[in-house]
Amino acid sequence: MKRLGIAWALTMGLAAAMPAGEAGAQQPSILVQSTTSTANSGLYEYLLPIFTQATGIKVNVVAVGTGQAIRNARNCDGDVLLVHARPAEEQFVADGYGVARFDLMYNDYVIVGPDDDPAAIAGGTDAAKALAAIAASKAGFASRGDDSGTHQKELELWRRAGIDPTTGSGDWYRATGSGMGATLNIGIGMGAYVLTDRATWASFRNKGDFRIMVEGDRALFNQYGVTLVSADRCPNVRIAAGQRFVDWLVSDAGQQAIAAFRVDGEQLFFPNARDGSM
Amino acid sequence: MQDLADAVRMALSLAMSGDAGFIEIVLLSLRVSLSATAIACLIGLPLGALIAIGRFAGRGPLIVIVNALMGLPPVVVGLVVYLNFSRAGPLGWLGLLYTPTAMIVAQTILVAPIVIALSRQVLEDLHAEYDEQFRSLNVPRGTAVWALIGDGRHALMTVALAGFGRAVAEVGAVIIVGGNIDHLTRVMTTAIALETSKGDLALALALGMVLLAVALAVNALVMGLRASARRSAYV
Repeated sequence: MKRLGIAWALTMGLAAAMPAGEAGAQQPSILVQSTTSTANSGLYEYLLPIFTQATGIKVNVVAVGTGQAIRNARNCDGDVLLVHARPAEEQFVADGYGVARFDLMYNDYVIVGPDDDPAAIAGGTDAAKALAAIAASKAGFASRGDDSGTHQKELELWRRAGIDPTTGSGDWYRATGSGMGATLNIGIGMGAYVLTDRATWASFRNKGDFRIMVEGDRALFNQYGVTLVSADRCPNVRIAAGQRFVDWLVSDAGQQAIAAFRVDGEQLFFPNARDGSM
Repeated sequence: MQDLADAVRMALSLAMSGDAGFIEIVLLSLRVSLSATAIACLIGLPLGALIAIGRFAGRGPLIVIVNALMGLPPVVVGLVVYLNFSRAGPLGWLGLLYTPTAMIVAQTILVAPIVIALSRQVLEDLHAEYDEQFRSLNVPRGTAVWALIGDGRHALMTVALAGFGRAVAEVGAVIIVGGNIDHLTRVMTTAIALETSKGDLALALALGMVLLAVALAVNALVMGLRASARRSAYV
């Protein structure tokens, strides 16, 4: 019994002695609620060390779908919101949760599909027309189905096409309710077309025989915005540090850093904070 | 199949590399899950013992409920802990969301029913043997509880290991309350989920193998201690 007690004490001591996760707490830090598309591409791993070096502020990122990121921020669980669904972001500010929203950067969505292209949409530049072709041929389509920015864009495209895809739900239309990467894995697994942001696609490692089928439609424009959470609603917001992060992102230094980020030589995010509106 | 071969190679080189970020993730996994298991045992063993030897109204339904709670879905536990620890929640003022502490709390809630339910069964069986003796010697209940836990320690170690297995393998709760933040709350399972979502299946699988190896090492350590404790008991 005694020995076991010693073993137990050792285990506990070991657990307690392990590097404390909160050890970095002395350093000022902020929490950013953001999207999987920016995190999965590796943008933050490139961008954040540059900011931290310049300011000494550590940035922690929670990467979830845009819908969930906004909900988390509404619960005051974050200092800065960096997502891509402009109407929802503007609502967030209008409801008093955000100080102001700034355009930050953009890229575009693409529709990817299997090489044999059962809906014959390859090379197209009209996203709504491509979706209509997918629906007509009942070729599979894997949707995020999770209220993310990408999902909201997809629903907008279906509306443009005048189609209600939910009538085919469970049949050719598969709402995964998952993140971008998980949805790509599922789509590729069953040969279903997927709407994805270009950054996630470019850095995705499990492409199989999938390739980009439709791109270049203005409707596929993907704008990212950044918003400081309002201290009026959320007194716990680290307002000074959060403001510095937002200011830096839209400054020349931040915008140049975003432009310099490359995956396999390809630029994935195009800064446009200084363009006014799109 | 190519992925599997790649994964084995990657798992080995990861384990060998001593990469600081990787070791940080492994250590945080151990810290969170071992702490949760330890706290769950501190709470759960006495409770399991009390239910085992107690005779009170509603004991039967209580046992059914505790047994059922072994199947608590991690995602639900994560959500409940999130809602409580969120700034908008009742415990928001603690500022614990997205910290390892929140992850320990969530895993403790997951592990405690396992410890209570299994230790209850182990100790009840043991108690059936000892009951008469306790009665004839007029042993107080508190003493009886500790005597039972002491004598059942080997079986209870296995109970603790079952709890640890549950904790270290779950992803649903820690990804919600921890947020999978790099260098802060990223553990092995959330790292595996992240690499899967990046489509880097080989790396995800490699991390899974390392996780298995870590669990194996913890189990081997406990078994080794148990064996040496037994040897010393008979010397």
